Amino acid sequence: MIQVEGLTKDYGKRRAIDNLSFHAEQGDILGFLGPNGAGKTTTMRILTGYMPPTAGRAEIAGFDVVEQSLEVRRRVGYLPETVPLYPEMSVFEYLKFMGELRNLRDIEDRVDEVLEVVHMEERSDSYIGSLSKGMRQRVGLAQALLHKPEVLILDEPTIGLDPTQIIDVRNLIRELGKERTVLLSTHILSEAQQVCNRVLIINKGRIVVEDTPERLQSRLAGSQRVVLKVRGEPDGLETVLGKVPGISRVNLRPDNTLEFELTPGQDVRPDVARAVINSGFDLLELHAIDVSLEDIFVELTREEPQPPSVSDDGEEEAAFDTDEIAEDEVEE
Amino acid sequence: MRNIWTIARREYKLFFISPIAYVVAFLFMLVLGLFFSLTMYGSISQMAYSPTAPSPQMVISPMVTILLFTIPAVTMRTIAEEQRSGTMELLLTAPVRDWELVLGKWLGSFLFMASLLLLTGVFPLVLNFMVKPGIDFGPVIAGYLGLLLLSSSMLAIGVMVSALFANQIAAFFISLGVVLALWLSNQFTSYVQGFWKTLLDFLDIITHFVSFYRGTIALKDVVFFISLTALFLFFGTALVEWRRWR
Repeated sequence: MIQVEGLTKDYGKRRAIDNLSFHAEQGDILGFLGPNGAGKTTTMRILTGYMPPTAGRAEIAGFDVVEQSLEVRRRVGYLPETVPLYPEMSVFEYLKFMGELRNLRDIEDRVDEVLEVVHMEERSDSYIGSLSKGMRQRVGLAQALLHKPEVLILDEPTIGLDPTQIIDVRNLIRELGKERTVLLSTHILSEAQQVCNRVLIINKGRIVVEDTPERLQSRLAGSQRVVLKVRGEPDGLETVLGKVPGISRVNLRPDNTLEFELTPGQDVRPDVARAVINSGFDLLELHAIDVSLEDIFVELTREEPQPPSVSDDGEEEAAFDTDEIAEDEVEE
Repeated sequence: MRNIWTIARREYKLFFISPIAYVVAFLFMLVLGLFFSLTMYGSISQMAYSPTAPSPQMVISPMVTILLFTIPAVTMRTIAEEQRSGTMELLLTAPVRDWELVLGKWLGSFLFMASLLLLTGVFPLVLNFMVKPGIDFGPVIAGYLGLLLLSSSMLAIGVMVSALFANQIAAFFISLGVVLALWLSNQFTSYVQGFWKTLLDFLDIITHFVSFYRGTIALKDVVFFISLTALFLFFGTALVEWRRWR
């Protein structure tokens, strides 16, 4: 359905996306993950025919996005990042206008249908300018669904929605993804984890990794991370831990806790506890942290890949881990 | 074709939702009304010395100047606002060709200007009642046709300039500048020679308009204004296209 080969886009001297290649079939919900400025929106704009690429080619449903742009645009439903709405129109008028632009038949019935899908049927006569952000987002989504497109391209579809609406929209996307191809971008990683059947992590215009969310997680989660806390200064604890087999990457964190990774398949926490106590430390805490997609994301999109050495890594990671530390403290 | 009409209709309706239509219409009618009453009072007070009725063209000539200043205000929003609010992304990813978008935007504004001109028709009608035995409607009709054609080409300039900007004020002043430059170009004909003189003479909007004003409809003038419209709409489409490639 979506076929992208060697896609490159330059804005002046800046290269926004660099030689992207990926594909998605019918029934795929492809998640596009990446930090801001990674090139997600640029890629989506090329796929929807908004602008042509500098190099490379992209096809949607067998039509080239540059050469057969109109055919592509007929088959794609697009929700841009800034939801394109006319505040002076009512929801109904707006959707009717879009339906007319798309030469639909029985527009009014179809508008009622999509309004029901996004739970906006009661606000159909409200002016868009008077709607809340979440409602506008849903009107934008309705607009993208109006012509029953084969391919849905959604740029941050759940942004600005409240938690219940987010669940609704995610369920809706999952539902839609059964018969269509959905490409959605997000920087909420749990969203990609929940909704998508394939995740594409992109950073600085390049694809860093492409896999299913489960496999991605197991790829790094193979090594489980453990946090250890003792009373007082943990001087010499690193050497103690270094002697326990099945432990790697010991880090001293700024709050005087130690973090290390367990070799997959070997839970040596009891051994660690014994070693710590035998060396005369008072063990306060020993707990495992799940490696989430967040960690993988941070790991993969970091500025420069760090060698996995103990000393260098400690400082680098400190900045990213502050949140985690805060959470841990709350748990106590 | 249907797309052009869809866009034009939305554009036309939008004028009456936004305050622009009312401001423009108010200014148009106010200034024209002032001119009209002044001319009428003037000719009434002169009645004893020169008993000639004011010519119906006195409604047409002030409108040319008013058009010059109102048209940039009418067109400034058309494409600039779509670019500012992000709805351009919607239009450019809908199955609509770039020229259909530009033509639709122009048609909507043209229909609005045409409605406004229709409204000013009350002045010749009033004059018709005040003058015995009524006025000659020939030059009035020719004059209005001239005004429509003139508006059509000025609106095309405005829509083209609007495609350049995401800011309405910028679009307003630049289109006003272009329109004024075209307007004043005939002032320079005596300073240049050869090709430039021919070009300036050809581009002179006033000369092309004056024949309508005098009551004659010449094919070459009709063609001139239509070509000017087509040319600027073509440039406008090229600008929208250029935006995609940036």
